[in-house]
Amino acid sequence: MAALLEIEDLHVTFATGDGTVNAVNGVSFALEEGETLAIVGESGSGKSQTAYAAMGLLAANGRARGRVRYGGRDLLGLPQRELNRIRAKEIAMIFQDPMTSLNPYMRVSEQMAEVLTLHKGMSRREAVAESVRMLDLVRIPDAKARVHDYPHQFSGGMRQRIMIAMALLCRPKLLIADEPTTALDVTVQAQIMKLLGDIRAELGTAVILITHDLGVVAGFCDRTLVMYGGQIMEEGPTTLLFERPTHPYTLGLLSAVPRIDREDEMLLTIAGDPPDMSRLPPGCPFFPRCAYAVPGNETRRPPLVTLPDGRRRACNLSVEEILARREAMP
Amino acid sequence: MTVPAKASATAPAGPDRPILEVRDLRVTFAIRPRGAWPWTPWRSLRAVGGVSFDLHAGEALGIVGESGSGKSTLARAIIGTVPSEGRILFEGEDLSRLPPEARRMRRRDIQMIFQDPLAALNPRMTVGDIVAEPLTTHFPKTPRAEVRRRVAEALERVGLLPTMINRYPHEFSGGQCQRIGIARALILRPKLLLCDEPVSALDVSVQAQVVNLLRELRRDLGIAMLFIAHDLSVVRHVSDRILVMYLGRLMEIAPSREMVAHPRHPYTQALIASVPIPDPRREKARPRPVLEGELPSPLAPPSGCVFRTRCPKARPDCAAEVPPAFPVGPDHRAACLYWDEPTPLFAETPAGAA
Amino acid sequence: MALTTDPLDPLPAAADLPQGRSLWADARRRFFRNRAATVSLVVLGLIAIFAFGGELVAQYERDTIDFTLIGINATKGVPSFATGHYFGTDQEGRDLFARTVQGTRLSLLIGIVGSLVAVVVGTLYGAIAGYVGGRVDSIMMRIVDILLSIPFMFVLILLLVMFGRSLLMLFIGIGLVSWLSMARIARGQTLSIKNKEFVEAAIATGVRPLTIILRHIVPNLAGVVVVYATLLIPEMIIYESFISFLGLGVQEPNTSLGSLISRGAAQIGNGVPWQLGFPLFFFVAMLFAFYFVGDGLRDALDPKDR
Repeated sequence: MAALLEIEDLHVTFATGDGTVNAVNGVSFALEEGETLAIVGESGSGKSQTAYAAMGLLAANGRARGRVRYGGRDLLGLPQRELNRIRAKEIAMIFQDPMTSLNPYMRVSEQMAEVLTLHKGMSRREAVAESVRMLDLVRIPDAKARVHDYPHQFSGGMRQRIMIAMALLCRPKLLIADEPTTALDVTVQAQIMKLLGDIRAELGTAVILITHDLGVVAGFCDRTLVMYGGQIMEEGPTTLLFERPTHPYTLGLLSAVPRIDREDEMLLTIAGDPPDMSRLPPGCPFFPRCAYAVPGNETRRPPLVTLPDGRRRACNLSVEEILARREAMP
Repeated sequence: MTVPAKASATAPAGPDRPILEVRDLRVTFAIRPRGAWPWTPWRSLRAVGGVSFDLHAGEALGIVGESGSGKSTLARAIIGTVPSEGRILFEGEDLSRLPPEARRMRRRDIQMIFQDPLAALNPRMTVGDIVAEPLTTHFPKTPRAEVRRRVAEALERVGLLPTMINRYPHEFSGGQCQRIGIARALILRPKLLLCDEPVSALDVSVQAQVVNLLRELRRDLGIAMLFIAHDLSVVRHVSDRILVMYLGRLMEIAPSREMVAHPRHPYTQALIASVPIPDPRREKARPRPVLEGELPSPLAPPSGCVFRTRCPKARPDCAAEVPPAFPVGPDHRAACLYWDEPTPLFAETPAGAA
Repeated sequence: MALTTDPLDPLPAAADLPQGRSLWADARRRFFRNRAATVSLVVLGLIAIFAFGGELVAQYERDTIDFTLIGINATKGVPSFATGHYFGTDQEGRDLFARTVQGTRLSLLIGIVGSLVAVVVGTLYGAIAGYVGGRVDSIMMRIVDILLSIPFMFVLILLLVMFGRSLLMLFIGIGLVSWLSMARIARGQTLSIKNKEFVEAAIATGVRPLTIILRHIVPNLAGVVVVYATLLIPEMIIYESFISFLGLGVQEPNTSLGSLISRGAAQIGNGVPWQLGFPLFFFVAMLFAFYFVGDGLRDALDPKDR
């Protein structure tokens, strides 16, 4: 099966008053139809900018280089009009803050119907009926009446549902969810993740989930891609990555998360702070914080190598070396 | 609803009297209805409705709840930045009855750290001045050399270099700013530290650093802590006991391990079931029951048990009156009339003590 | 990362430690990157030198009337280096250069005084109202509303007519009014700063309210206040010019840019364009420069622009 979305050697830079910020530095990955991929990373890892660049949604001072192939075309070279069409019909995006994509001065019905009349050529009446069906699908209670409300009349969780409903109106093949539950309470987060799971099963939509929350990823995604400093550190099937991490950053991240099902005396931490993206280290971006770093490797930039078990990994040390040294650590 | 808490069995050794006793604490805000005339009566919003608990010297109590649960308001009532009713006894002295000046002086023993590390630091002040402020406020006659020594000591204590005192907050990362905030809270050597979501704005790797730092401080300095957070995994990791709040009321209070292993209140059970675990096999195997419905408006809270509108085992008499916090085990209280019956949907030990 | 704890005894002197970039230093850097603003600042500097040092260069006193020139201004009073009347002469044969120097100085002073009153009174008034809040805030701000609703120009004209036209009256009138909108702006800004966690931290620590206002609120208002004050200066200059244009402002032999322009405009058909041109040039140059500097400051101080 051909890949649905293929990103090759993507670079994103932002020109700011304080110099150039290298947000994404050579990211490549492919997504199959119906697949769920998690992009995990901390703030400044470039996880969101990778998606924004692919969708042509970068801020005005941002530039993207590389290839983003979708349906046999390179999205990076497309004119804005074409991109708009693809964004509306085939690739949809939902954000952390639903109000970024909802117009506070328009009724929900108007906003949803507008999409359908514009892109599907429906009549207004049909469009509103379809919108109500969609709101039912995302389990908005009493959708028929509430479709005529304004966005601010809904709670945070409900707004997120509305945004999901809007994203799904044209039955996209790919849904990109950027931290969709970060602003929500944990019980509401569980509701939304369950909803996304049901929708994926029902419509067969491929999903890219961008998040910092490893717990959410574990229950939802087939494959996980870990980013740091604008580069891919490790990528592979979720179960493999979580159970047998081999990259020092993945190892560190997994042991730094407090878990409700465990009681540890002290959490293992990653020393230091996330990197300054305008002054990245010359070699591996994780080098200054890496517990396994070997002197002499400061400027060696590790290539992304595919391992026999299907994962990809960018580290100057071999899997065996890391695992052996991990055994030796307290 | 005042249910006197028994002396905690698991509390570390210390004076018999708890350092902090909160009794029937209530906080009500007056809300001006939207688009109202100036003479329209304001509506009252009960942010905290009758919460009681004890905190012993050197103990850490976690307070967990979702947005609108009143957990942050509770902390602000204790520190005195919002007016409250009920009693707040600090070392046996009722803070809420103190005259303003005496209360202001009492603040040297209770310090607070905040959610947004950068916003909690005045951008126009140097790090040295920020950390020194509590000291220079309460002991204005301290010699400058002594102030500097204490600032350096506090900065080192939280793992920062004392050489950064002339720099400004915006030159530091979120994790470093949070450490500066902690140094400021420590400089007066307080007896009680209120932590309001201290790690939720930080990145995962930095979060663990700050969590460890707080644990160390408690171990080394014996400071009592109120640790407020929405993330049960973090709270469990930091606290000896956990208090769960919902819509301004206490739902359940128990030692951490007991709370996670044997939650008795249906809301606690739902909360624990909702916390994702970074373990794909367990996460996919685990039944993920979802708590349906929405938080009711705090302007018109449900009668009786505030959780009954979303509770899977609610019965008609749940609406009759507010359930008291029943003792359900050693040092364990739960505010549910039917705490001893299994809750449909939510398994008894959802996360388990692995 | 610089996070490790070294046992660092003995402490180095505070002055030896690395100095941080304050927000002001950052703003200064951004300001000087803005060409229009930097050039305007230089222009303002030159105008100030002209206004306060111009009399040293002037060949004539500003109130010396040269009766020989009256009536033949258009031919004999032309700007010239030879006669020493650099800007020519006015209708009464007085040296226009000296008069423009004095007029520019007065306009500049009016603008700066009005703006200073606004900064000091308005900022404190607004910060106190906003910080204390509740009933005090309501009463303080209603007073501002009432004062603002009185047609200011009308009152100023009445004042000048009743108490006689004097410089002092003009300063009082402008000072009375200039702080009102500043107070509103400072209050609005205070309301948002008041809810920041660093203010809460100060309250929780036990810092006294007045100290909080002076140490935590006012320095953080400074950005907005400075920008608004720069934009207020030209506004004050325009007020004064308008009053003077109506003939109610400064009294002879003193003058201001407004009255110079007014008199120059009256002579526009008589072949003496310099009588309008020179004062107008300084007036326009000054206003433009202030606006550009104000804009530059706003961009430099607005953290969102980063």
